[in-house]
Amino acid sequence: MINHLASQAVGLDPSPSPNDLSRRKFLQAGAAAGGGLMLSLSLPFADGNVEAASADAFTPNAFVRIQRDGQIVLTMPYVEMGQGTYTSIPMLIAEELEVDLKQVRLEHALPNEKLYGNPLLGGVQATGNSNAVRASWQPLRQAGAIARAMLVSAGAKRWNVDPASCRAQSGEVLHVPTGRRAKYGELADAAARVPVPERVALKRPEDFKLIGTPAKRLDTPAKVNGTAVYGIDVRPPGVKIATLAQSPVFGGRVKRVDDAAAKAVKGVRQIVQLEDAVAVVADHMGAAKKGLAALVIEWDDGPYAKLNTKDVADELEKATLGSGAVAQNIGDVDAAMASAVTKVEAIYQVPFLAHATMEPMNCTVHVRKDGCEIWVGSQAVARVQAAAAKTTGLPLDEVVVHNHLIGGGFGRRLEADGAARAVQIAQHVDGPVKVVWTREEDIQHDMYRPYWLDRISAGLDAKGMPVAWNNCFAGSSVASRWAAAWFKNGLDPDSTEGAIDLVYALPNMHVEYVRIEPPGIPTAFWRSVGPSHNVFVTESFIDELAIAAKQDPVAYRLALLEKKPRAKAVLELAAEKAGWGQPLPERVGRGVSLQFVFATYMAQVAEVEVAKDGAVRVRRVVCAVDCGTVVNPDTVQAQIQSAIIFGITAALHGKITLRDGRVEQTNFDTYQMLRMNEAPAIEVHIVQNFEPPGGMGEAGTSAIPPAVTNAIFAATGKRLRKLPVDTAALKQRA
Amino acid sequence: MALSIKVNGTAHSVDVDGDTPLLWVLRDVLGMTGTKFGCGMALCGACTVHVDGVATRSCITPVDSIGSSEITTIEAIGATAAGAKIQKAWLDREVVQCGYCQSGQIMSASALLASNPRPADSDIDSAMSGNICRCGTYLRIREAIKEAAESSGQGG
Repeated sequence: MINHLASQAVGLDPSPSPNDLSRRKFLQAGAAAGGGLMLSLSLPFADGNVEAASADAFTPNAFVRIQRDGQIVLTMPYVEMGQGTYTSIPMLIAEELEVDLKQVRLEHALPNEKLYGNPLLGGVQATGNSNAVRASWQPLRQAGAIARAMLVSAGAKRWNVDPASCRAQSGEVLHVPTGRRAKYGELADAAARVPVPERVALKRPEDFKLIGTPAKRLDTPAKVNGTAVYGIDVRPPGVKIATLAQSPVFGGRVKRVDDAAAKAVKGVRQIVQLEDAVAVVADHMGAAKKGLAALVIEWDDGPYAKLNTKDVADELEKATLGSGAVAQNIGDVDAAMASAVTKVEAIYQVPFLAHATMEPMNCTVHVRKDGCEIWVGSQAVARVQAAAAKTTGLPLDEVVVHNHLIGGGFGRRLEADGAARAVQIAQHVDGPVKVVWTREEDIQHDMYRPYWLDRISAGLDAKGMPVAWNNCFAGSSVASRWAAAWFKNGLDPDSTEGAIDLVYALPNMHVEYVRIEPPGIPTAFWRSVGPSHNVFVTESFIDELAIAAKQDPVAYRLALLEKKPRAKAVLELAAEKAGWGQPLPERVGRGVSLQFVFATYMAQVAEVEVAKDGAVRVRRVVCAVDCGTVVNPDTVQAQIQSAIIFGITAALHGKITLRDGRVEQTNFDTYQMLRMNEAPAIEVHIVQNFEPPGGMGEAGTSAIPPAVTNAIFAATGKRLRKLPVDTAALKQRA
Repeated sequence: MALSIKVNGTAHSVDVDGDTPLLWVLRDVLGMTGTKFGCGMALCGACTVHVDGVATRSCITPVDSIGSSEITTIEAIGATAAGAKIQKAWLDREVVQCGYCQSGQIMSASALLASNPRPADSDIDSAMSGNICRCGTYLRIREAIKEAAESSGQGG
């Protein structure tokens, strides 16, 4: 979903020159309701649906309001979920508008896919895929520059002077020769009557004052004193609290419920029985949980009652023996393979994973006869609205959704299943009800990162360099469900990102993908999406090739990067900073990985210690990143640290398994997270340049697992081709 | 039967079963939502409060076990010397991402600092490893605790 969409978005850039942009049809200006200047922006759509960017129809999807009090209000569809969006996006407009970051306020957009669809997500109103900054980078700076020019014109007109003798600074227009000044708020009404300039110049990168400097995040103070309101914290008057049990086997149904004991629990108000779930509605969650424990539910497990993880893996393995959709074909792999001196083959597997956001799934709903009101933290608020409309039969505009802070998204809150479930329950409840999932429900009824299996092979020439690369992999296509239009001819751009567009010079390459949906098990996007799987496979396998060629893994990769200077630079930087090649104690090793995904180049070196009993400790991670222009370097640092820890959690602990159709993991004792005492030292080195910004929220997650397993190989000689790390296989033999 | 508990210096009478976890009394009965629900089994630390100054997982603490002890939550931790230093260090170091676990992190860190003004890395590990952060802010949490400890050392 990334590269081809990203490149189309760039193709829709309204100007050939980044510093001298024509406005064309992407922006209109006028008076704001209540006074001031309103800019309406039409961000380009990237899925070929150019309705919003067409010459005739102007459909704005983002708004900048300059109020009479000088406040600048941005209405954008992106959601803050910890990634710093609410700080980075305002920086873009503040930079060109010459205002202090504090003057810009960002508001959640109400659900409206037509207005707020994300250009890099094919017009879907969602926050995901590390693209909030990427999608806003050009249009928001342009909007800022246009508003600045209009305010300057208004100031010049007021003083009857040449606009060229005026300039904008610190939220004011200044007439340079006389020193007269006027605040933006005073000029906003007049600016609304100024014609929109045909061309404005954007700042040159060397003139940036905000972009590239560490900015304090705007959402932090409320998060350290308990006042921040997440979805789970809303309390509409009279709200009741519900918790639920859903069929332990996906696709199962409720057969019989004995709720006598549950109803006897103090504070329990009501039991709601649905086809495939039972909910206990109570005065507080303590009573709801106690009531849930007292319920006796008999389930009809349905068709998947005997399903085990091995059945899923076996089916994928079988599928990779056949043929799939051709995702990449360069040169002639068969001929190259036939002439190769050495052949390397392997099978790689990655497991189902839960998202385990710290804020368990929850949604508050009030269903009335004439409407439905919802309070939730969502990455895709229009999806929530649509799901509620479908469940209730109400028209879309009678469903009101209030979006809130998100206690972790990672892809889980791109889904509306939790909202739909809450609406089903609320339809039986008089007044508002907050449906809160227990952690056990959250882990056992997630929509999971897919299980994937790769059958991969390569042929090496006499010098050990790869002349043929052949990969056939199988697994679920999340995109085919989530955005059906992306799935074409058996392929979608997410499932293949990181598998088909490697940075290395591979003269003959063939990649096929077989879409196999696991029976009954819902799958979903998970932080670093397709690359979470593909980078593990490709970066482990290139390491295997280096070893087969008896070459150093860094030197081997560098030899394949002659035409990729940015990739080469991050690899060299990471290796140098990590002390690559310097001696290490016994059973300690370094491993490297290199990727270009989410439009960001990244190399990581992990230093890993393997104890005699097989326990693995990641001691240190060095990361070099080239994500183009850095908007907020502190956020880049924070996101990479975060993404690396997220990825190590998956590499060392992450595994959702099924036994008799049931998810075996239940809570943080059986689905473990990396903790403080296991967290490695992490160093992030940023390559400075002014290329367009790349995505930052996810890249660190896909890069780390292969760096860790490559380091384990260096420490022990044991190649791990299946995640998570099997410590039993790493025990030192006496 | 109504129970009486004292939260942030204020006495409250609550009419719930005595085995109700303190977490739900705080969040759903008293409306103090700064204390968070994460796991319900004392595995993640999101629900951490202080009971007579001791970091306590409120999700497994029956409300009738508290008696006359003083409960302090994230809403009032800034009024304690250690809590104020920790909150300031959290802002200075930009620790927070999604922020959901941070109430619990700050409560654990404040209790640590109040009892141990100069925590070593191993002290931080043992006090903080019960608190999960899914955003992986551990490195900044460690730095922030050290910064707060240094500000204590300067007599602050």
